[in-house]
Amino acid sequence: MRKIWDFHGGVHPPENKHQSLARPIKSAGIAPELVLPLNQHIGAPAEPIVDVGQRVLKGECIAKPDGIISVPVHAPTSGTVTAIEERSVAHPSGLTTTCIVIETDGEDHWTEHSGIPDYANADRGTLLACIRNAGIAGMGGAGFPTAVKLGVNPKAGRIDFLILNGTECEPYITADHVLMRERAEEIVAGTEILRQLVNPREVLLGIEDNKPDAIEALRRACEGTGMEVVVFPTKYPSGGEKQLIEILTGRQVPSGGLPADVGVVCQNMGTAVAVYQAVAHGEPLISRITTVTGEAVARPGNFDVLLGTPMSFLLEQSGFSAGRDQRLVMGGPMMGFTVPDADVPIIKTTNCILAPTAEELPAPPPAQACIRCGLCAEACPASLLPQQLYWFSRGKEYEKLEAHNLFDCIECGACSYACPSNIPLVQYYRASKAELTQLRRDQAKSEHSKTRFEARQERLQREAEEKEAQRQARKQAAEARAREAAETGSAEQDPIQAAIERAKAKKAAAAGDDSQQPAADMDPAQQAIERAGAARSTDANQSPAEKARANLERLEQRLQKSEAKLAASREAGAEDSIIEALQTGIEKLRPKLEAARAEVAALPAKSEPEPAAEPAAAPPERELDAAQLAIERARQARADSANQTPEEKARANLERLQQRLEKSETKLAASREAGAEDTIIEALEAAIDKLRPKLEAARREVDELNTGQEA
Amino acid sequence: MSLMRVTSPHAHGPLSTARVMQTVLLACIPGVAALTWFFGAGTLVNIAWACLVALASEALALKLRKRPLGPHLKDYSALVTATLLAIAMPAYSPWWLILVGVSFSIIIAKHLYGGLGYNPFNPAMVGYVVLLISFPVEMTSWAAPRGVNAVEVPGLLEALTLCFTPNSIDAITMATPLDLLKQNSTLTEAVLWQQNPQFGRWAGVGWEWASLGFLAGGLWMLYRRIYTWHAPVAMLASLALMATLFHDGGSADSTGSALFHLLSGGAMFGAFFIITDPVSSAVSNRGRLVFGAAIGVLVFLIRCFGNYPDAVAFAVLIMNFAAPFIDYYTQPQTYGYGKSSQTIASDRSETS
Repeated sequence: MRKIWDFHGGVHPPENKHQSLARPIKSAGIAPELVLPLNQHIGAPAEPIVDVGQRVLKGECIAKPDGIISVPVHAPTSGTVTAIEERSVAHPSGLTTTCIVIETDGEDHWTEHSGIPDYANADRGTLLACIRNAGIAGMGGAGFPTAVKLGVNPKAGRIDFLILNGTECEPYITADHVLMRERAEEIVAGTEILRQLVNPREVLLGIEDNKPDAIEALRRACEGTGMEVVVFPTKYPSGGEKQLIEILTGRQVPSGGLPADVGVVCQNMGTAVAVYQAVAHGEPLISRITTVTGEAVARPGNFDVLLGTPMSFLLEQSGFSAGRDQRLVMGGPMMGFTVPDADVPIIKTTNCILAPTAEELPAPPPAQACIRCGLCAEACPASLLPQQLYWFSRGKEYEKLEAHNLFDCIECGACSYACPSNIPLVQYYRASKAELTQLRRDQAKSEHSKTRFEARQERLQREAEEKEAQRQARKQAAEARAREAAETGSAEQDPIQAAIERAKAKKAAAAGDDSQQPAADMDPAQQAIERAGAARSTDANQSPAEKARANLERLEQRLQKSEAKLAASREAGAEDSIIEALQTGIEKLRPKLEAARAEVAALPAKSEPEPAAEPAAAPPERELDAAQLAIERARQARADSANQTPEEKARANLERLQQRLEKSETKLAASREAGAEDTIIEALEAAIDKLRPKLEAARREVDELNTGQEA
Repeated sequence: MSLMRVTSPHAHGPLSTARVMQTVLLACIPGVAALTWFFGAGTLVNIAWACLVALASEALALKLRKRPLGPHLKDYSALVTATLLAIAMPAYSPWWLILVGVSFSIIIAKHLYGGLGYNPFNPAMVGYVVLLISFPVEMTSWAAPRGVNAVEVPGLLEALTLCFTPNSIDAITMATPLDLLKQNSTLTEAVLWQQNPQFGRWAGVGWEWASLGFLAGGLWMLYRRIYTWHAPVAMLASLALMATLFHDGGSADSTGSALFHLLSGGAMFGAFFIITDPVSSAVSNRGRLVFGAAIGVLVFLIRCFGNYPDAVAFAVLIMNFAAPFIDYYTQPQTYGYGKSSQTIASDRSETS
């Protein structure tokens, strides 16, 4: 005698199996219309490969699998596809799904089919492909694609046990029972194929002890095969995969793991038969055994029924009469779900249609207070604390729900069954699971958004810091230049002014004075100024005529360049401000060019050395051209001042400084109003601060001169 | 045809809360019968009057809480509380004592906490402790058992008179064996046993049979799967263990034998009828083992080293406090979390 284990909990609801066991399996016949949902299994729905109006033969593939976790759908009999549309199907939520509707022709013409001739020696891949192409999904209830389950790589350690689940622990259901009773040889032949695929140490066929005739039939069929029929006491839910594994092997499937993790593969009896028919005869899964029972049917029994047959077709044959508060349950009384109408089709996982009267399975009475009696915990096959889960569920205490392993609940309904206060516990757990799943999803989403937001903030900050660092570097460079310039005693103004002054100093050097070479590593404007200065210093050795000509040439070149730039900018669609600046530059160049032309024309008549330039304050300008103009203006002013008395000079100087201060102040005010950048405003403020002492000095000079005159 | 849509499970077990409560009431019968035989009809009068008060209190509380009367009155929970308290109180308690105790149990200890299923403390024991602290004389006036000092036990009429008229019951009261043992400091156990007729075969005359009656009722409830064995067995075992550890063979300082403790006072009654109240106890089986064992230890400690001769009510209330704490540490191991399943899985993945 093989050792068997017990699992925690469980209940003993009235079995009510004898009603449907009295008669042998009966063929249900062909319904006028078959409705074939595209997802009768767990996984992606199949994709239709037939068109409306197309004639199909029995066994013909009408929808192909979409991806690995998916199985095809076959025409259960010959007929015509009349629609591919949404129909209500057997689903706990009552949703509709895409179905292929076939109008049957009653001829039941098979498509060409043949099994694998010598399948005992066929290779694994061929067999798996055959099972997959036959559309086989677990027929016990979940409907997981069988080929995927069998295809679990043998790398994860050898499989110790192949378990065939013939428990059928739910009350009322006898589909597997009659299958074992009447088709034991096919089950064993199918199991042989499964054994070939899984290559386990042992093959166990587990059955509850309430099916003596099935046990007897299977034992006979198993003789000499090395497979063992293991019988264990009846208890709900011993047919749950995890519970059955514990009963037969003493091993528990780890939470969140697969049976293969503990060396077990579990298959349903009906699945074994389907595998046999597919491999040996090439017949895809197009029919199954379904129990029709309950007190609302006059002749309960088991039908061999084509998939897609409406429930009403079976109910009619069983003598169903709807009563008060009628419900139709697909599955058993513990885990089955009510269907929205009697026309929903039989699918691959439909093992039972239960039509109870209101007296037989009365509507749930109103729930009373939980008295924490613990009968639910006694009944729970997962060793949970249902009464605690109930409190947490009502209080929406999600953390505690997770800490009490809500997700290990298999929703078997044993707790609700046992509850003396009629609390619909499973409903609470389903709702909480859905809420928790949603919560986890939302959390993952917000976590993702948060990560993105933080990354963006970080990037923005990094950019700002880089900008700031660059600004600091520029500022330091500028300060260094200013310091250097101060050391050389050439200037005290900002870099451009210093550059202008350096340019002037060079000019003076060109005129014969000694001057120092400025550091040449500055911004483009400065470099241009330096180039201009250098050009000028070479000019010094040229004759006035040559100078004038060279000047003319240079100006022409610059005009051309500027015009080309302007054209390019316009084409490139540059900013208006840039285009305007270029235009002003060009306009400024034109009169100069005119003047230069006139000079060249008047060359022989006029020849005069340029006056020596001295450092002079000029308003800070940004543009190179403007800077040059300023240089010229300053020169002009100096030339004028040469003829003035010291007093006049001082006054003119004072006036000029005042004008500049005013200008600067208006600029500053305008900038502030316009909300200019801080750096600009700061620069202007600095310039004004620098101007003030100069103005003071100029005033003092004028005053001194005045007092001198008075004296 | 419109079909009803309900979620699974569609089948429901035969048990209901009212059935559970009825079973508890029925299980009281052997113990109450023994009490009535040895001490007279006082306990019956206690129970009847307490039940009336309980129903009235329950109805009043439900009305004040604007709850439907029907379903709650029919759940028998108030009757169970009243009956348990009435059994725990001395027979021939005056009517007002029962009124105060039962109404406090129902209104304060049960409904102020939210009604059935929400009370953290056992309502009957709350009522008992309130009375014991407030009216210590009345609550320790135990009647003498039948046959001791040739006392005739009162009949039903006499019991009613004693309960509802201001007669003194001093004439028929007597110290209980637990009192005697506690107060004794000079006599050895054997001498004490001989000198006091209250002592019977194993414990007190009458008390031992009442305890056995409650044991029988408890075993029947276990058979009916009203509760599991864990809490009662743990309590009785720990009480017996403590008594055995401290038993010095019967000197003048003796604290009494294990058998004496098990069959005296409220030990049996408490083990099968009080600590098995599911609402205020720990929830898991392991938790109930801890809960019961702690109560057993506390009962012994209070009996032998505390100020009160009996201790079940105090011990239960103290452990009611601790129940959520026990729950936290005794959560059972869910399927698939065991070491065995984890090791098998990891061994397999290692060998791959």
